[in-house]
Amino acid sequence: MTIVGWLQAAVLFALVALCTRPLGIYLARVFCGERTILSPVFARIENGFYRLLRVDPEREMTATSYLLALFAFSAVGLAYLYVLLRTQKYLPLNPQGFDNLAPDSAWNVAVSFLTNTNWQFYSGESTMSYLTQMAGIGWHNFVSAAAGLAVAIAVIRGVTRTDRTTLGNFWVDMTRSLLYVLVPCSVVFGLVLVFTGVPQNFHAYTDAHTIDGMKQSITQGPMASQEAIKELGTNGGGFVNANSSSPNENPTGLSNLLEMLAMFLISAALTYTYGRFTRDQRQGWALFAAMSVLFIVGFAGAFTAESAGNPIVHQLGVAGPNMEGKEARFGVAASTLFGTISTDTSTGAVNSMHDSWTPLGGLVPLLNMQLGEIVFGGIGTGLYGMLIFVVLTVFIAGLMVGRTPEFLGKKIERREVQLAILGVLVLPIFGLIGTATSIVLPAGVATLGNAGAHGFSEVLYAFSSATENNGSAFAGLGGNQYYNIVLGIAMLAGRFLFIIPAVALAGSLAGKTSVPETVGTFTTTSPIFVVLLLGVIVIVGLLTFVPADALGPIVEHLQMLQGKTL
Amino acid sequence: MRERSLFDRAIIVRAIADSFAKLDPRWQARNPVMFIVEICALVVSLFWLRDLFARGGKDAGFDLAIALWLWFTVVFANFAEAVAEGRGKAQADFLRRTKSDTRARLVTASGIATINANELRKGDLIRVEPNEVIAGDGEVIEGAASVDESAITGESAPVIRESGGDRSAVTGGTRVLSDYIVVRIGSNPGESFLDRMISLVEGAARQKTPNEVALSILLSGLTIIFVIAVATLGPFSIYAGTVQSVTVLVALLVCLIPTTIGGLLSAIGIAGMDRVLQRNVLAMSGRAVEAAGDVDTLLLDKTGTITLGNRQATEIVLAPGVDRTMASLAAYYSSLADETPEGRSIVALAAPDVARIPGAIGKAPADATFVPFSAYTRMSGLDFQGGRAIRKGAPDAVRAWVRERGGDSTGSELAPDVERIARAGGTPLLLAEDGNILGVIYLKDILKPNMNVRFDRLRAMGIRTIMITGDNPLTASAIAREAGVDDFLAEATPETKMALIKREQKSGRLVAMTGDGTNDAPALAQADVGVAMNSGTQAAKEAGNMVDLDSDPTKLIEVVEVGKQLLMTRGALTTFSIANDVAKYFAILPAMFVTTYPAMQALNVMHLATPQSAILSAIIFNALIIVALIPLALRGVPYRPRGANAVLRDNVLLYGLGGIIVPFAGIKIIDVILSTLHLT
Repeated sequence: MTIVGWLQAAVLFALVALCTRPLGIYLARVFCGERTILSPVFARIENGFYRLLRVDPEREMTATSYLLALFAFSAVGLAYLYVLLRTQKYLPLNPQGFDNLAPDSAWNVAVSFLTNTNWQFYSGESTMSYLTQMAGIGWHNFVSAAAGLAVAIAVIRGVTRTDRTTLGNFWVDMTRSLLYVLVPCSVVFGLVLVFTGVPQNFHAYTDAHTIDGMKQSITQGPMASQEAIKELGTNGGGFVNANSSSPNENPTGLSNLLEMLAMFLISAALTYTYGRFTRDQRQGWALFAAMSVLFIVGFAGAFTAESAGNPIVHQLGVAGPNMEGKEARFGVAASTLFGTISTDTSTGAVNSMHDSWTPLGGLVPLLNMQLGEIVFGGIGTGLYGMLIFVVLTVFIAGLMVGRTPEFLGKKIERREVQLAILGVLVLPIFGLIGTATSIVLPAGVATLGNAGAHGFSEVLYAFSSATENNGSAFAGLGGNQYYNIVLGIAMLAGRFLFIIPAVALAGSLAGKTSVPETVGTFTTTSPIFVVLLLGVIVIVGLLTFVPADALGPIVEHLQMLQGKTL
Repeated sequence: MRERSLFDRAIIVRAIADSFAKLDPRWQARNPVMFIVEICALVVSLFWLRDLFARGGKDAGFDLAIALWLWFTVVFANFAEAVAEGRGKAQADFLRRTKSDTRARLVTASGIATINANELRKGDLIRVEPNEVIAGDGEVIEGAASVDESAITGESAPVIRESGGDRSAVTGGTRVLSDYIVVRIGSNPGESFLDRMISLVEGAARQKTPNEVALSILLSGLTIIFVIAVATLGPFSIYAGTVQSVTVLVALLVCLIPTTIGGLLSAIGIAGMDRVLQRNVLAMSGRAVEAAGDVDTLLLDKTGTITLGNRQATEIVLAPGVDRTMASLAAYYSSLADETPEGRSIVALAAPDVARIPGAIGKAPADATFVPFSAYTRMSGLDFQGGRAIRKGAPDAVRAWVRERGGDSTGSELAPDVERIARAGGTPLLLAEDGNILGVIYLKDILKPNMNVRFDRLRAMGIRTIMITGDNPLTASAIAREAGVDDFLAEATPETKMALIKREQKSGRLVAMTGDGTNDAPALAQADVGVAMNSGTQAAKEAGNMVDLDSDPTKLIEVVEVGKQLLMTRGALTTFSIANDVAKYFAILPAMFVTTYPAMQALNVMHLATPQSAILSAIIFNALIIVALIPLALRGVPYRPRGANAVLRDNVLLYGLGGIIVPFAGIKIIDVILSTLHLT
């Protein structure tokens, strides 16, 4: 562990904290339909959109119609990408002449990008045509992020509103997410990335000859634009298989820092937006604080473990931290920081191979996902995931002070508890049952990169990552038809089976009378509440996975200490 | 009601028997968490039989030990519930005895017929003679009698029941002591107050309250999560090559699911109802008790709740030049025939002065007639033969009377005193004789002692108190200030009271109130918590969701505290139960996998002797903690009225942090005992 490493984390965190307020205010203005700095440019386009779609922006939707609109939109998007993947050979912008994808792969990829997971069992540079990359994957990178943002805004409206029972208009929220948030941010960020050296062109790959006479194919294409939304939209799907560890996607220390910032940026700002909607900024900062604690603890754990290195390697006379699978230009700190943030959020981009992290270091990304990716989290998803935990915490805390629990003054009753619990159940059901099924099926263990506890970790990681729509992988696990199908199901369930209770919960809270605060009501902004919230997150989120994690990374770690290799 | 200790011997014996009867799966199915434990106990028992017979006794001892402790876990939870029900059941038995075969004299057109009480129908008229038990609930329509209501209230002093007014309701099962009354029966057989009371205290009518349902859902959700976590551990361990026996997996599951709160949940609810009952308040549902804990606004009638029922004379302010003895004598004479408490207090105040005049005390002047108070004159007094007259009453009325008799304006010099008394929340009475104003009598509202302490308690809990009074705003605000209530409603009528309740509710607040009169009934029904006085009318008792058998309006404050305590106990034990899981993981997980992965020994932080003793210790701790917490569940967590954030902080530390630490110590101790005794 070096001072420089800690400083890198501190600088990043300071930048995130600095951007949270201004961007949070901007988001609140956008979604309240107020004038913003971009209105002169986009207001006409926005209104033209509504006329085209025949949407009345003033007409709000109930929870049910909001969900139906989202599902309809997603179903069409899924079919569209599936068809594109199955027919790319016959379509333009395919200079490398890539073949169509097999049905199971196309299913996996389509679901993966629809759900903002961006799990990739393929190498983009040797599978996807430019058209697929841009019109298919690029499109979903934007709209899946926009959908997450829209749902978060709808949930925020629901929990804060007392005057209306509706949650807003899905089409309006989608349009505004894209037009005022994701597109302009990506354009700016994309240009900055070009400045740091990321390619943006439509050329075929260049063949270069290395010094020792080898031939090297240099991947290129419209990279910077995709890279921008990859991070900003917490997508994570790389243009190339090596993702952000490739010098083309992530050339310098500066680009690395900016990419990390981009992953946290909108999700962190949403906590402030949430505070704006509650008309009590402390509500937003309380969530920010809880998330920050989890972020710092996670990074400290991973950084400590990776810096300590592997004692088995040390015995071979190689001192120092664990550099296996890391880019030398980033080093231990920037690699663990990137990995931590990538799994705190639902990005899943990598600039090092998580599979090669030390057992305890690798446990951190795994735990981040198993907690539900609520450390700022995926764009939108992190906030409503956190709010589900807040509802559960409020319920338990409310009982402890002797009142029917109230959240922002609204009573948390049977229905709210039911919906929150349903949301929490999704990950254990698909993450754990998926792992358990795969680990005993021949198809499930056929492609394991490693035996023993590490092999187990690979499968556990895959299902945690898929269900939580992260998309990063313990790279050891190879793809096959079985995993394409099953992980596709896990991704779909993890996204939509979680959104249903979240939006329904918001719908149930919308329009509930708010009880005025008295000294008899505990505040959801006090440090003790934040502590309790963390306790509930850790106990509900973590204890569920302790047995599984114990058999994976923890056993590995203990064995490593005893000098045993797998 | 008879006082009984929570852990009365008879109750315990009965509870032990009940806790085995409650093993009936149909009963257990109502509680998902304990139902799972019972299934687990059954499964392990079957594995014990298999190991005993099919595997030559291998592992049979361990299976048996786990199975037994799992059964104990269920029995202990049943026991908690049975003890909680015990006191109510004992009380129900007592009430049933009073509901013996009563005979009733039915008043019919052709005279009086004697019939059985259970043949009475709503609307029947019965006549009740001295020493007879009133056969059913109803309203006195003729006569007045002193009635012994101890069967219902436990209070042995008889009360007066008379036709008309707010003291006309009688309850079946009570006994007339003197005089006779005619009662119109108000309920059909099986629907009487006594019947309802029996079913309530017995818990037969008990339904899960909304909050209890919500908590059950949370606990069921956690249970499902842990079922998944443990069930998937089966395949995981197959992959790891360390196949786990069903017994071990089941042990882990039972340790992880929230059995502590699951086992005590219904006991907490029943005990909460019981605690209300011990305060002689009959809650018609658990929902009402729960709502009491949520109350934001408390409406309290001034008279009888905040002040003693009656105003008292405390001072006579003399007009200039008036002799004290003469003024006292006038006050004394004018009040001697006045039987109201106010009148009697004036007599008492004047008596020491009057006593100085020989022969005056205790005698009304023979040549005078008493003029009673009327709403029209707003004065009372004496008319002597020969035209001399004394009056006392409302200042403006007395002044007018003095002017009428040609008196001068001397009285106006007392105007500042009149004003002062009104501002201080008292009632000024001017005293005049013929054309002269003698002075002003200060009738003071006497606050009940320590009321401001109680209001401070309520304020600390975040509850706003509103005093309801018929007084004018000036007087009302003075009393409100002195008593320490937050707000007041002056010149209240049933309509303004109702409007106040609706206004509070509209802004999201929960309102509690007490009432006894028929005109209180709509407001009692509208309020979220309406406590009717047992002395009140039938209409009031039916409108409220609680009946206070002692008819003490301040009791509402205690009911609020019980409601809060009920929820807090649930919350505290839920937190404790979930926090316990941390230690249990450290006990069981290393034990499960240490044979395959010897490195796992590092996680055995408690240094438990053997894998088997580790698992058994965790299971035993899990069962015993239920027993250990029964007193807490039944008595409720200690409660001090404070702000919510302080309560939350303390409870998180005590039950959250405590819940993490306690099982480490407990499991270690049990393990040491087991290994010392070579039991594993």
